[in-house]
Amino acid sequence: MQSVQFEAPGTVDEAVALLAGATGDTRILAGGTDLLVQLRAHMINPGLIIDIKKIDETRSLTKNADGSYTIGAAYAGAEATERDDITKDWPGVVEGWDLIGSTQIQGRASLGGNLCNASPAADSVPAMIVAGMTANIAGPKGRRTIPVQDVPVSPGKTSLGKGEFIVSFNLPGRPKGGGDAYLRLIPRTEMDIAVVGCGVALVLDDSGTVTSAKVSLGAVSAKVLVVDAAAKAIIGTKLDDDALAKLDAACQAAAKPINDKRGTIEYRTKIAGVLARRAVKIAAERAGS
Amino acid sequence: MSTGKTDYKWVGTRTIRPDGHDKVTGRAKFGSDFSLSGMIHGRVLRSPHAHALIKSIDTSAAEALAGVKAVITSKDFKDQPSELIPAGEAMVNYKDMTRNVMAREKVLYDGHAVAAVAATTVEIAEAALELIKVNYQVLPHVIDVDEAMADNAPILHDDLVPVGMDAKGPTNIAKRVEFTLGDAAKGFEQADVIIERSYSTAAVHQGYIEPHAVVASVAEDGQAQIWCCTQGQFMVRTFVGQLLGMATSSIRVTPSEIGGGFGGKTVVYLEPLATLLSSKVGKPVKMIMSREEVFRASGPTSASTMTYKIGATKAGKITAVDATLKLLAGAFPGSPVQPAAMCAVAPYDVENVHIVGYDVVANRPKVAAYRAPGAPISAFGAESIIDELAKELGLDPLKMRQLNAAKTGTKAAYGPTFRNIGYQETLDAAVAHDHYKAPLGPNQGRGVASGFWFNIGGESSATVNINEDGTAVVISGNPDIGGSRASLAMMAAEELGIDYHDVRPIIGDTASIGYNFLTGGSRVTFATGLAVVEAARDAVRQLCERAAKIWEVDAEGVIWDDGHAKPASTNVGEFDPLSLAQLAAQAAKTGGPISGHNAQNVQGAGPGFATHICDVEVDPETGHVTVLRYTSIQDVGRAIHPSYVEGQIQGGAAQGIGWALNEEYIYNAQGKLDNPGFLDYRIPVASDLPMIEAVMIEVPNDRHPYGVRGVGEVPLVPPMAAVANAIESATGVRMENLPMSPPRVLAAIDAAQLRQAAE
Ligand SMILES: Cc1cc2nc3c(=O)[nH]c(=O)nc-3n(C[C@H](O)[C@H](O)[C@H](O)COP(=O)(O)OP(=O)(O)OC[C@H]3O[C@@H](n4cnc5c(N)ncnc54)[C@H](O)[C@@H]3O)c2cc1C
Repeated sequence: MQSVQFEAPGTVDEAVALLAGATGDTRILAGGTDLLVQLRAHMINPGLIIDIKKIDETRSLTKNADGSYTIGAAYAGAEATERDDITKDWPGVVEGWDLIGSTQIQGRASLGGNLCNASPAADSVPAMIVAGMTANIAGPKGRRTIPVQDVPVSPGKTSLGKGEFIVSFNLPGRPKGGGDAYLRLIPRTEMDIAVVGCGVALVLDDSGTVTSAKVSLGAVSAKVLVVDAAAKAIIGTKLDDDALAKLDAACQAAAKPINDKRGTIEYRTKIAGVLARRAVKIAAERAGS
Repeated sequence: MSTGKTDYKWVGTRTIRPDGHDKVTGRAKFGSDFSLSGMIHGRVLRSPHAHALIKSIDTSAAEALAGVKAVITSKDFKDQPSELIPAGEAMVNYKDMTRNVMAREKVLYDGHAVAAVAATTVEIAEAALELIKVNYQVLPHVIDVDEAMADNAPILHDDLVPVGMDAKGPTNIAKRVEFTLGDAAKGFEQADVIIERSYSTAAVHQGYIEPHAVVASVAEDGQAQIWCCTQGQFMVRTFVGQLLGMATSSIRVTPSEIGGGFGGKTVVYLEPLATLLSSKVGKPVKMIMSREEVFRASGPTSASTMTYKIGATKAGKITAVDATLKLLAGAFPGSPVQPAAMCAVAPYDVENVHIVGYDVVANRPKVAAYRAPGAPISAFGAESIIDELAKELGLDPLKMRQLNAAKTGTKAAYGPTFRNIGYQETLDAAVAHDHYKAPLGPNQGRGVASGFWFNIGGESSATVNINEDGTAVVISGNPDIGGSRASLAMMAAEELGIDYHDVRPIIGDTASIGYNFLTGGSRVTFATGLAVVEAARDAVRQLCERAAKIWEVDAEGVIWDDGHAKPASTNVGEFDPLSLAQLAAQAAKTGGPISGHNAQNVQGAGPGFATHICDVEVDPETGHVTVLRYTSIQDVGRAIHPSYVEGQIQGGAAQGIGWALNEEYIYNAQGKLDNPGFLDYRIPVASDLPMIEAVMIEVPNDRHPYGVRGVGEVPLVPPMAAVANAIESATGVRMENLPMSPPRVLAAIDAAQLRQAAE
């Protein structure tokens, strides 16, 4: 085992310089709840670890004048849960984020880490995607902003280039009549990896008709899926049984899971439909309140 | 033997445990906390194959690596004869044991030890493992019990000769056992209803939180010291001595605090390796298993398949039981099939019983004991089919059990006639408990199940030393897993008549106290407790003699009462009582140190019975089961320390719920364990469980001065059936295979709906 260099820069520029100048395997450290586990299991063997938690931008959550939010990439789920604003506006985003692990993990686990670990089962990602979140990336060529769903490419891989890291996320303001939800199925009640996850964000008009919707599924494909057919099944409806049945069928059709020790194809496919129906109902209830 | 009194000062109270502060503050030393100066580190190379011939092992490159001090393989161990030697509760075969700690001709499971390295650092030791070249010839493997018993199965041991049956050729069946009471065929003729079902249970690990760890130091004169986390320091001494050809007197084993064992630390894995490495290098060697190694290479309990046939009259009297139990032993013979067969219907007074059991080897780690070894497995089948029978007869499941319950005087199918037992009392308490009457909501169900475990006594030694200031030290020889030090000190305080806080209980190493059989079989508070009581009484006898000397009267004229020597009557004379402290202060003048001893092979363990009530809610769309409420009712004889008895009861229920719902060994097509970690081997987390209510029934064991029965094992016997019966009550679907994980429950619900739709 080689020795590891550890840096904790105070600015984005310093971090980018360190990243860009590094040779060999270099890792960003946010909460460390994935990174440290992987280090100890000898899955990775980096020469340089850069802790980004000393950079203020990564550690703050701000509600902007237009109602939108800027969320630091290393802000922890437990911190978000204590905020009145975001928990009210985007309860689904916060619940996907703050059900990660257990109390101890939640005090550290970040959206940036969950996204960049690039697991298809990452719990915060389906809700981030349906909420329309984007990632602010810093790198040697400056800053760029891309949709959250474009960050992971395949299990364990992201689209970030050399020298790049995520500084923060943009979360739009809650639309009028909007509601969101995230549900996952695990065999236990916590400390587990999602067998299936489902994020829903929708908008209802005054009559209770769905005017827009987004549905995403985690853990049923190599990447989190955005299921347009599922959204279509409920847009224009009042979420009657028929619409929910179509939504269920659309999610089952879209799911492309694998058989593994955590679940079978048959089970995961079925559960994708079940969770979608349930998450839509919760989101709709929230939209009405 | 009973003390006759029940107005105890300490027994039955909730004292602070003597090891409590150290455990809470982190000062307590567990296996891996121990270190010595000059110590080096050992690691084990493990088989990547489920079954393979070892053609050759080349360790030269590893030995040449800077920092590597020694490399050992099976060549460094002398072979052992194949014979079964009784080792307390189980039989051991040293031929198998030496092959389990270090593979010899073959590797027999994924994770089987093949070589071990000692080096100056863990990193160097691990690098050295990668330099060891093992030339394997991979063989076909077998994981499943029924497949292992099939005619054309890959054979693990060509020379295996089954016990209790004839074999036509090579076989994986190591043993057949049979228990017969009455005539089962006749019993079925008397039955109005007969049900026949098949069940299976998955292999589950004990799940102790502390991995195996050892430090061994062998000096130039051949004297070895071993510090390790184990359930039996004397067991480690015996096994290491045998495997390495060392005299018992040259090995001293000190047990650390232990972070759980549940039976899994009644065997050796690292201890002989570390001792051998240390003897080669001349330095202390430390070895710690990773969690992955614990899963791949240390004993789980058996996986099983079973068939049960049961018959009863319309009135609910069970007339016959016929069962076949097949238990996997892992790579070497020795599953708990015998106790499984013996316990299967032990709670019931059934005239006609026929049970056959098979001990079967397959390419998995050798099983180790797990709380009430075998009984939870057979009880899953028995208590499920009895529940189904009750439903069929339209009887309340507790009523069904009351109708058939074993009582004092019942002859058990496995042989003995029960002395004073409290099974019926647990049933009566369950019927009366408000849990049993509480209303249930939609998708909710309630199940009950009972269980039995023998409990054991065994060889026990204890010393009670009276200190100069009137305090006392109790020395015993059993690692304290469940609070036994507190209980031993409480019984000693009761006998001596002094404050519990003035009694310091310590656990001796193998050179500081007489032989003690390991901590297992729920024996310590009962058997070692009995030795402590006798040792305290020996000290009291000496104290009375000292008072007699001071008073110049006959020793028979002195009695011990409430911590004081007193004249037995006014005939003896008028003397002020002498306290223990007063007598201790004068000990040097009256005859020297006062020290009580006792050593015996304790008999008369009282069997334990339990009845559990479980409420679940089943999500009909996902198959997810939530345990809503759980009550464990148990005859505990007498709870010396109620909190630690409750702890045993609650822990058993928690482990049983895990076994019921999610725990299993998952093997891939190559026979490699696919879930060797707590992420995918799912023991329950705290939020999975309701508060488990422990109801203690006290039917004292008349062969213990305080009425103690073992309490540590029977809590794990009923839960799997209790959960399955509750799921059936909630859904109408009977789960016959463990674990009852969400995908399986959902598949069963869906299949039942399809069947219904078809009808
Ligand atoms: C006990 C336990 C339970 C868990 N339970 C869950 C669960 O229920 N659901 C779930 O989804 N996950 C779970 N996890 C995984 C983990 O906690 C989450 O993925 C978490 O969100 C990771 O965040 P972190 O801040 O700790 O990331 P880190 O470990 O710091 O980083 C994770 C990866 O992302 C990279 N990275 C981090 N931040 C950035 C950034 N800003 N820009 C670029 N790359 C970055 C790191 O280099 C690393 O490769 C669990 C982990 C543990 C140990």
